[in-house]
Amino acid sequence: MSKVFMFDALRAATDEEMEKDLTVCVIGEDVGHYGGSYKVTKDLHSKYGDLRVLDTPIAENSFTGMAIGAAITGLRPIVEGMNMSFLLLAFNQISNNAGMLRYTSGGNFTLPLVIRGPGGVGRQLGAEHSQRLEAYFQAIPGLKIVACSTPYNAKGLLKSAIRDNNPVVFFEHVLLYNLQEEIPEDEYLIPLDKAEVVRKGKDITILTYSRMRHHVTEALPLLLNDGYDPEVLDLISLKPLDIDSISVSVKKTHRVLIVEECMKTAGIGAELIAQINEHLFDELDAPVVRLSSQDIPTPYNGSLEQATVIQPHQIIDAVKNIVNSSKTITT
Amino acid sequence: MSYPKKVELPLTNCNQINLTKHKLLVLYEDMLLGRNFEDMCAQMYYKGKMFGFVHLYNGQEAVSTGVIKLLDSKDYVCSTYRDHVHALSKGVPSQNVMAELFGKETGCSRGRGGSMHIFSAPHNFLGGFAFIAEGIPVATGAAFQSIYRQQVLKEPGELRVTACFFGDGTTNNGQFFECLNMAVLWKLPIIFVVENNQWAIGMAHHRSSSIPEIHKKAEAFGLPGIEVDGMDVLAVRQVAEKAVERARQGQGPTLIEALTYRFRGHSLADPDELRSRQEKEAWVARDPIKKLKKHILDNQIASSDELNDIQSSVKIDLEQSVEFAMSSPEPNISELKRYLFADN
Repeated sequence: MSKVFMFDALRAATDEEMEKDLTVCVIGEDVGHYGGSYKVTKDLHSKYGDLRVLDTPIAENSFTGMAIGAAITGLRPIVEGMNMSFLLLAFNQISNNAGMLRYTSGGNFTLPLVIRGPGGVGRQLGAEHSQRLEAYFQAIPGLKIVACSTPYNAKGLLKSAIRDNNPVVFFEHVLLYNLQEEIPEDEYLIPLDKAEVVRKGKDITILTYSRMRHHVTEALPLLLNDGYDPEVLDLISLKPLDIDSISVSVKKTHRVLIVEECMKTAGIGAELIAQINEHLFDELDAPVVRLSSQDIPTPYNGSLEQATVIQPHQIIDAVKNIVNSSKTITT
Repeated sequence: MSYPKKVELPLTNCNQINLTKHKLLVLYEDMLLGRNFEDMCAQMYYKGKMFGFVHLYNGQEAVSTGVIKLLDSKDYVCSTYRDHVHALSKGVPSQNVMAELFGKETGCSRGRGGSMHIFSAPHNFLGGFAFIAEGIPVATGAAFQSIYRQQVLKEPGELRVTACFFGDGTTNNGQFFECLNMAVLWKLPIIFVVENNQWAIGMAHHRSSSIPEIHKKAEAFGLPGIEVDGMDVLAVRQVAEKAVERARQGQGPTLIEALTYRFRGHSLADPDELRSRQEKEAWVARDPIKKLKKHILDNQIASSDELNDIQSSVKIDLEQSVEFAMSSPEPNISELKRYLFADN
């Protein structure tokens, strides 16, 4: 075991896969000489050369399309969005071609492609650099969407994403790159489609992902102290949702709280609620509650920004409310 | 730069090209196949056998044939929504293109794509892209893969060349400029072929482009930009030959602007009210198929009987394609979600 930062874990995943498979390459802005905006590709260009770690002009839609062209002709490109927000400029290539081309071509082509980079609300980066795109991308058919949250899962998930024969949009969170954790030195992979049980419990299922997982764990000691016993699931896969693991948990707790960073309208939580209704309605002792960020552009001011995304104390209040109100109904 | 800044027009001195009879007849047959295929599509569309937007290529055959018939099977072709004929030139069997338009399981995209989404991996035919300019980055990626294959994977053999086709309207889109830039930066083996048919649906080219001479835009990016008479297959071939050679040798991309004209409306749904009769007649008089036929007959390269035989065989091929498409099965509804994801 060795203690690594999340950006280093992601770098190691990329390095290992590039070493193993010559068709794996990195394409994006400042991924080469500069080493990536968060140093995920630091020094890889000196090990693998400029062609395998390709610095591109600032032309998101075109270099994303280029990666798609390389993927359908035999390479396994990793596109880094310097900031995932910039990939709004590549929305057409991500949707029409990364997501849909395999289906539209009747299976003629496969697209082993990873689109990764820093997403989420950072620290006072302003609206355009603090986006919550997972919800925007979730409607695109043909994409897998993954959000890592720890150095350990970041490494194992990225390796799996690179080996996957489908396009994977891989969200890292801008505020988690400096998380440190001991991870195994031996190679390991983590499946892309399985939620991670962060904590076992029996009172309520908290469904969360990415940075909000850490707000949930921050709330845990106070909840435990007050006698609440929540089960915490990190979704990992935002598309498709791991409804099997969610079912196992909900059948045990019968209560659900969703804690997400994306906006409330048409967010990941909205889809979760719909699927829980479809599959697990009879299991519920209380309506599913979601704590989402506000439906506004992320404001610059620090206090306003904090008020835009969910904070740990809101999670504590919500858990207590749901558990207490549904206890009176069932007893 | 060693290339000429301006190529005199028209580049139509066919006698400069010393093509064998066989090669000339291949070009003739390919153009005839393209023309007759599209005419058959119009018939089938009006008979209610094919649906959606269908964009026909009539009039532009010299461009597809002149460029693609120079390529090897390992080379790549990337097209637009007006893609049937590029696919045929690249060797996708007419029956599979026809079946695709009929929406059948035997179509080259298994009936999931349709007219604007013709794909064929076995023929390195990359599509079939229905939004303006979105195919250009994909083609650029295929060209990137060619140099990667040679330099990183150390695969032996010559560089694979990518021919990327698009229209005049596309050259006002950012992806065009972005990819010219990247292709020159990395010396990619790609040929950008602009089929300047003067009209983007109802928008006349001179009304949409600040500098209507598209080939001149190449200079700003540092690649050769060559204008050619797109109604003359031999002229197109002559220009394309140099571009293919240049790409193959690792010297980088070329932009070819082929001046051409579509004899039909933008699509079969287009009332085509804006283009004047005089304009259409002037271009129809320059029909590229008639031009090559005249060249072949005037120079006694083949007899009119031989040309008629080619016409007959094309006709038979297309009748069989329609028969194949008609008798092919519909995709199975139980396979609605098939092809969404690849297996791992």
